[in-house]
Amino acid sequence: MDIIVCAKNVPDVAEADLNISDKGTDIDKEDLVFGINDWDNYAIEEAVLLKEKYGGTVTAITVGNEDDEEVLRRCLAMGADRAIRIEADDISRFDSFVISKILSRVVKDLQFDLIFTGVLAEDDYYGMVGMMMAEELNINHANMITALEIEDGKARTTSELEGGLGEVSLIELPALLTIQTGINEPRYVSILGIRKAAKKELKTIELPDLGISDEELSPRTIIEEAFLPPETEGAEILAGDPDKISSDLIEILKKKGVME
Amino acid sequence: MSELFVIVEHRLGEIRDITFEMLWKAGELAETLSSNLTAILIGHEVNSIAEKISDRADKIIIFDDEGLKNFNADIYKEIISRLIEESKPTLTLIGNTSWGMELAPCLSIRAGLPLATDCIDIISKNGNLIAQRQMYSGKIFANVSFAESDGYILTIRSGIFPTDRIGDRQAQIVQKDFPLKDITVKKNFIEFVETAAGDVDITQAELLISVGRGIGEEDNITIVKELAEALNGILSCSRPIVDKNWLPKYLQVGTSGKSVTPKVYIAVGISGAFQHLAGISGAGTVIAINKDPKAPIFRTADYGIVGDLFKIVPVLKDKILEVKKGG
Repeated sequence: MDIIVCAKNVPDVAEADLNISDKGTDIDKEDLVFGINDWDNYAIEEAVLLKEKYGGTVTAITVGNEDDEEVLRRCLAMGADRAIRIEADDISRFDSFVISKILSRVVKDLQFDLIFTGVLAEDDYYGMVGMMMAEELNINHANMITALEIEDGKARTTSELEGGLGEVSLIELPALLTIQTGINEPRYVSILGIRKAAKKELKTIELPDLGISDEELSPRTIIEEAFLPPETEGAEILAGDPDKISSDLIEILKKKGVME
Repeated sequence: MSELFVIVEHRLGEIRDITFEMLWKAGELAETLSSNLTAILIGHEVNSIAEKISDRADKIIIFDDEGLKNFNADIYKEIISRLIEESKPTLTLIGNTSWGMELAPCLSIRAGLPLATDCIDIISKNGNLIAQRQMYSGKIFANVSFAESDGYILTIRSGIFPTDRIGDRQAQIVQKDFPLKDITVKKNFIEFVETAAGDVDITQAELLISVGRGIGEEDNITIVKELAEALNGILSCSRPIVDKNWLPKYLQVGTSGKSVTPKVYIAVGISGAFQHLAGISGAGTVIAINKDPKAPIFRTADYGIVGDLFKIVPVLKDKILEVKKGG
């Protein structure tokens, strides 16, 4: 079972105070900590689990600059056999369409039974690279996978639907699956593990060497303006020490009829 | 006259709310763009679904065949791309649902049209189309424009637009056939499975105390559980807690879990991803405790406490027990 996993390095914004960059089309990322996109973390784990069960290889791929190699090193430490980075100093000039073209071009020359991407990227929230690749490569596909088994050379997948429903399908390989969070429990990666994996192959491909036409490298969507959410009335903030806040809250709970 | 397409989403014989929401927005756009509004309905025995939207579109194109009983992105893609080729609609709207997120990117490549996903608004200004969407977990908004094209595909976030009818339309019904035998289906539908069945039904709860990623460790959930017990409320949670296997799926609030309608919803350490907020839109009063003042949950909550949940929750619990004892 040869599996390719596409992964992305993204800034952690969970508790960060975000500012708009000078260009006005993205956030200022200078002070942010980067790491593997949450969905991709589950995708690489799922690939390594399958490899452990059925043998084969796992190849991790990203498009980005040298700093983004961190994400590949993590994949290698988790159990990928090799990694490929397509050199691009500033991927913000590309949209998902261009990224899917680049990735498709690279994986076309590789041997694979499955391609995994995360359902979404935490930064742009587009969630379209995977399925665009599937169409580009003309292979089978399924979305939002929360369970996966291999049966007689086919993939038995459960796709997450809205409202607590799962859709089970049987898909012929090769196939592209977008992996949903919660499908597995991604293993812990230690600094030592990353160091050990430094011996594994990490190849860099220069974008011009791929021979992709300029037309295919021109984005179809352009961010004109990024901005902080418009002000809303928002919540009435209860201030004070925990004691005062608790008393205020209890009054509210009583008033709303959920506490006697 | 230009045309707008809305792809009808339905499941197990029921029309999905996202369809009404898209028709609402498309109806509004059809006025400003002087366009015809066409709903595309693909399925089997779908007349009752067509009836539900007959006063919301100018035309309903129906593909009814037993082979179309279950959603299949490849079949939808073939049918819709052919329709797009024929009618060249300015816009094709698809729900940003699990199915829509599979269909739209494939269709975009197949039809050669630009795609923006998860849109929360569509603005047409001086002939230019702008899609508004969110990035970075809803902490940033972005206006997106497109490379010049005959048409565009947008997927629409659920729960953003009203489900109401807009305008007064009388749909002309057009039945069409598609040579299904031309499509080799390599993905076979097996069955639907309930993934969120369990002992506790959080949809019936009057008071939910919900725990999210901010709790940090599995063992810490105890303090939220104790708060729930002190209040005679029900413990629920957000997605990351279920992803980590700390609580069962049937306690998950949100798009992929349950939509809840308690009188009071207390969100502890939940930042408020839109999938979660969609699940609590029917809650009476929302109280949020979170240390990030920019967390999206504070935009929809009625009351907010910006601070460390580990300092506030235990004190709150003790005080509640004290009040109850005293009362």
